[in-house]
Amino acid sequence: MEPKEIQKLAITATKGRLLGLSAIHRAASGHTGGSLSVMDILTVLYFHEMKVNPEQPRDPDRDRLVLSKGHCSPALYAVLALRGFFPVEDMQLFRSIDGHYSGHPDMVHVKGVDMSTGSLGQGLSAAVGMALAGKMDSKNYRVYAVLGDGELDEGQIWEAAMAGAKYKVDNLCAVVDYNKMQIDGITDDVMPLGDLHAKWAAFGWNVIEVDGHDYAALADALDQAKAAKGKPTVILAHTIKGKGVSFMERVFTWHGKAPNDEQYAQAKGELEAHLKQLEEEGK
Amino acid sequence: MAGSIATRAAYGAALIELAETHPELVVLDADLAQAVTTCKFAEKYPDRHFDMGIAECNMTGIAAGLATCGKHPFTNTFAIFATGRAWEQVRNSIAYPGLPVTVVGSHGGLSVGEDGATHQCTEDLNNMRVIPGMTVVVPCDGNETRYATEALLNLNAPSYLRLCRMAVDNVTDEIPGYKFELGKGFTMRDGGDATIIACGLMVQEALKAAGMLAAEGISARVIDMHTIKPLDEELVVKAAQETGVIVTSEEHNVIGGLGAAVCECLSLRCPVPVVRHGVEDCFGRSGAAKKVLAAYGLTAEVLADKVRYALTLKKS
Ligand SMILES: Cc1ncc(C[n+]2csc(CCOP(=O)(O)OP(=O)(O)O)c2C)c(N)n1
Ligand SMILES: [Mg+2]
Repeated sequence: MEPKEIQKLAITATKGRLLGLSAIHRAASGHTGGSLSVMDILTVLYFHEMKVNPEQPRDPDRDRLVLSKGHCSPALYAVLALRGFFPVEDMQLFRSIDGHYSGHPDMVHVKGVDMSTGSLGQGLSAAVGMALAGKMDSKNYRVYAVLGDGELDEGQIWEAAMAGAKYKVDNLCAVVDYNKMQIDGITDDVMPLGDLHAKWAAFGWNVIEVDGHDYAALADALDQAKAAKGKPTVILAHTIKGKGVSFMERVFTWHGKAPNDEQYAQAKGELEAHLKQLEEEGK
Repeated sequence: MAGSIATRAAYGAALIELAETHPELVVLDADLAQAVTTCKFAEKYPDRHFDMGIAECNMTGIAAGLATCGKHPFTNTFAIFATGRAWEQVRNSIAYPGLPVTVVGSHGGLSVGEDGATHQCTEDLNNMRVIPGMTVVVPCDGNETRYATEALLNLNAPSYLRLCRMAVDNVTDEIPGYKFELGKGFTMRDGGDATIIACGLMVQEALKAAGMLAAEGISARVIDMHTIKPLDEELVVKAAQETGVIVTSEEHNVIGGLGAAVCECLSLRCPVPVVRHGVEDCFGRSGAAKKVLAAYGLTAEVLADKVRYALTLKKS
């Protein structure tokens, strides 16, 4: 990946973090930590990888994304807004009775959302279904499912993993936002996931591990996923919960907490300084 | 047609017939394709059939994904697993986004027989009815099942179809003017003293009960209420106004199913006494299907008694 494109993606992701945080702050409610950790993954997907058209959000040939960790809707909404699916100002309606930008993604009302999610564990099944339909109809679209690591506690994920391998849906790529944390603490304490790489491989999936904040590495992994034939791919993207805001990084209590005014001002300051620096480097 | 057939078998045949003209129709199973009779579809249309193994939640979620891409999936398993194990998947992945999936619960009710309480689902109508936007259908015989399957396929919205294991007599094809319309009950027999509103295999029992009552000079109307939701409120209210008392009859808990739906409607629009005939809030047990039904009072005789009792409550 060209340094210029890396630069552009970094700028977009930082804008996304700012947008997501402002929405959560304004709503005084929402999931901060996981929205920040998944932002780089969603940015690479929507600004580098996926074939989508904001003018035709329901194009049957489009690539599809299921944000199975639906509580991180602020990140998805921010990326969709920046990609042009709806006005950036709409972000201010997040979790508000005056809009339809629900706490968890709603495919009926929000342009660009391909599946309603929020109940953890269900998204990968829907994504397998989309991939199966693509195979049946000889379509070239690809399907992406973004999962939380805590979400992998759910048995349905592994049911879907078996089905994905059975039906050889190589048009499906799952990405795990592997931030090592969930609500009650670190995943190793709440429910140890063990050797995730070996587990997915044993379920018949092509497994790739990357730094989930490295745009070039993510893009490369997505290319490898496309090249892998006969089985679906899972990318274990190692991330930092709360990424981009110093005092939120690796602090699990930021999972579902909104920043107060003071905290928001500090976070905004940090992200804006980072954005300024990126924009200057880009000149 | 006459004769008898289980609704699950009529459904399996209907799928094959409809597949020809409906390329969007796909079928999902959870290791019960023989029991649900979808195995014949699998043989004829292997590319449109997916066996997900014993994983009902995943089957339900995959159906949702297929439905977002223009397919109309029918998911198949026993009613207890379809509406119990996978309830939340039906609610959140299918109903909330309004996707065209028909959840099929075979082996509904006590007439499962020998498998006993763990497999006898008497809560499914309640479970599905309470989900916003769900259409809930219980056909009474093979003929009606064929029409119901087609109607739900054309509905293009979330739906639940409850089927039974036991063979039942075909009755609808012998009623002159019988027509299946989703959301519209069908008056199988007219009567002015009381109305029996039944669904599923209790429709046959209701017709028998009405015959017994007629011999005593009691004229009972019989309504086949195959669509539990949306309920045909006009027909229910009309029956309440004209006959003054209602007896509901279903192979389901007396809580939460057809009887409850009728009460909810009448309490507001035309409060008359309603006697609910069904499973009295208890679990079933093993036995030959007909014997189990009899042990729990799901017979024409007990239903006729309920009507006699209902008449004593009638306000004159
Ligand atoms: C089925 C279900 N159970 C519980 C919850 C509540 N919940 C929301 S987020 C969360 C933790 C998720 O952790 P993880 O998947 O690791 O997400 P991330 O760290 O990326 O935020 C839980 C338990 C839910 N949304 N769905
Ligand atoms: Mg996590």
